Amino acid sequence: MKRKPGATSRRTFLKNSAAIAAGAAIGSGAIPGFPAIWAQNIKNVTLRQFGTGVSNLNAIAEKCKQDLGITLQMTALDSDSVAQRAVTQPNSFDIADIEYWVCKKVFPAGNMQPMDTKKIKYYDKIVPIFLTGKLTPQSTIAQGTAPHTVGFAKGKNSVEFAAEETGWMTLIPTIYNADTLGIRPDLIKKPVKNWRDLLDPSFKGKASILNISSIGIMDAAMVCESMGEIKYGNKGNMTIAEIDKTMAIMTEAKKAGQFRAFWKSFDESVNLMAAGEVVIQSMWSPAVAAVRAKGIPCVYQPLAEGYRAWGGGIGLAKHLSGLELDAAYEYINWYLSGWVGAYLNRQGYYSACIETAKQHMSADEWAFWMEGKPAKTDILSPEGKVMEKAGSVRDGGSFYDRMGAVACWNAVMDENKYLVRKWNEFIAA
Amino acid sequence: MNPSARSSPGSATPYVQVAPLAVIFALFLVVPIATIVVVSFWDYDEFRILPDFIWDNYVYLLTSQVTLATYVNTVKYAVLVWALTFAIGFVIAYFLAFHVRTMTWQIVLFILCTIPFWTSNIIRMISWIPFLGRNGLLNSTLIHLGVVDQPLEFLLFSDFAVVLAFVHLYTLFMVVPIFNSMMRIDRSLIEAAADAGASGWQIVRNVILPLSKPGIGIGSIFVVTLVMGDFITVRLMSGGQSSSVGIAMSNEIALLQYPAAAANAVVLLVVVLLMVAAMLRVVDVRKEL
Repeated sequence: MKRKPGATSRRTFLKNSAAIAAGAAIGSGAIPGFPAIWAQNIKNVTLRQFGTGVSNLNAIAEKCKQDLGITLQMTALDSDSVAQRAVTQPNSFDIADIEYWVCKKVFPAGNMQPMDTKKIKYYDKIVPIFLTGKLTPQSTIAQGTAPHTVGFAKGKNSVEFAAEETGWMTLIPTIYNADTLGIRPDLIKKPVKNWRDLLDPSFKGKASILNISSIGIMDAAMVCESMGEIKYGNKGNMTIAEIDKTMAIMTEAKKAGQFRAFWKSFDESVNLMAAGEVVIQSMWSPAVAAVRAKGIPCVYQPLAEGYRAWGGGIGLAKHLSGLELDAAYEYINWYLSGWVGAYLNRQGYYSACIETAKQHMSADEWAFWMEGKPAKTDILSPEGKVMEKAGSVRDGGSFYDRMGAVACWNAVMDENKYLVRKWNEFIAA
Repeated sequence: MNPSARSSPGSATPYVQVAPLAVIFALFLVVPIATIVVVSFWDYDEFRILPDFIWDNYVYLLTSQVTLATYVNTVKYAVLVWALTFAIGFVIAYFLAFHVRTMTWQIVLFILCTIPFWTSNIIRMISWIPFLGRNGLLNSTLIHLGVVDQPLEFLLFSDFAVVLAFVHLYTLFMVVPIFNSMMRIDRSLIEAAADAGASGWQIVRNVILPLSKPGIGIGSIFVVTLVMGDFITVRLMSGGQSSSVGIAMSNEIALLQYPAAAANAVVLLVVVLLMVAAMLRVVDVRKEL
């Protein structure tokens, strides 16, 4: 019988199958040294990332998929849940986007691995705050859990923090800001210039602070020092006597009816301010923006004593290895390459590599967000909504004005256990 | 009758019949509680739970002023909510049982009572906030009508708001068991009392109330245990300014302090069991089952 044209013979089938199998072996990494094929395979990688809502953004996951092919599964949690998950569910994530004070808690648990700074393409462009603790050579290092104090591990397999730069970073900084008090200028009839104004009796029943002890205690410290009641050795690592004094002052204010409410989630903060329940509170930057987006005046008030700062970064799970680990480094390098930085800057945050972010922002956006200059045109949010009208100026001014006036960072103290008990007593009082 | 057909004393059959439920209780109730008791003796730091046997968690808990304040506050809520849900629940149940004549209308009105449960607890609580707020609907209306000059601030982020939300959430848990008890009351007893000259109020106090005790007991257990164990209602409606045992536990868990939370849970369990035991001594709920 004559063979039909195009029919596959047994020999041909076997030959083709062998070629496919060989290709699979090479692509999987079993046979190294084929980057072209490797590049194709990171498109099949999925990385599970969790962190607070400020930076676990769907837009970033979409852009990452588009640019790198890597699938990011984002889960947004509040600060405490982030710490909880990082410590108790190490296999549920590949990337932890956590705050530096949370890092102080969870990195020693050994669930994460330090990152080789030689693989970080833009390492030398990272803002010096995260490397040396100083924004400029003349800066004073702020109190509290400053990022550089927990930003480096002693070695590749170490769970101990190094005091200086090493080649092993615990977190790649992603996002940070300088926080202060938010006010309703339309409902407040007097100037607000100091942290102590939070406890001003004329704001009785109209003030609020957030109920997260590691952050709230720093706000309380700023207030108490501003009042002249306490001079701290280091607000970021209080003695028991300092904790007692601080909480006594706050408890007294609470019992006097100073506070309308305490908030724990972003939305609560926005609602308290927008509804006029509260006219002065410790706020986060996007909450101020959200209130303003409703057409309600709200100012992130610069204060004489400076700012309380916070920062977050990306850390890698201990179990991450092979292709997933390589993909994670690709993701980090992409993250620092500018698009994400510009996105975060447009939300009112700061990014780790401001040089690369600048390349993705318009001149007017850069001037407004980073240089503190009046906006020439309406300033749009990353989603395209108007955030600020032409002519407006950023509260607090330029990047150097704001980050250069940081007095302290959110902190985890040696007496943390005691602090939490005192904080709970304050809440229950 | 054939004697051999009867189960002989000592037969294994009853034990086999009860085994599945016993296993379920053992696995899903006894083991978890035992785990909590064990963890309550462990130690902890910022990022680890340390197996140990220490009394520190209990010593702090039982000697801390905040524990006493928290329990007083929680019991206060429980008593207030109980009193209000009982008063409201009894009246509603009485109306449904004795003044609604047809089964159809009883069913219709009962369904009406369940409408609040068609949304989640949290939405029900949050919906009070724009109503009660300083610039909320109620305050705006009162000011507009000239009833008050200044917003009534006690309406929200206050004990008032907490109790209001609890009553809104839990009244039905009182209505249902009381209604159930009332429906079992022999109507001829009421007619007999009326024939003997008792007034309406006397009938309620001497006939209906005593015979409803099992239902009241069950409803009370529901309401008290739910309030004692709550943490989300107190936090939202007090604006985070009041404490309850549940909130303290929630905070400890959030901060990875599981042993402290476990000790709190054990103490709360003991307290609530004592409360339930006290209620059961007053009422024989077996008549309800």
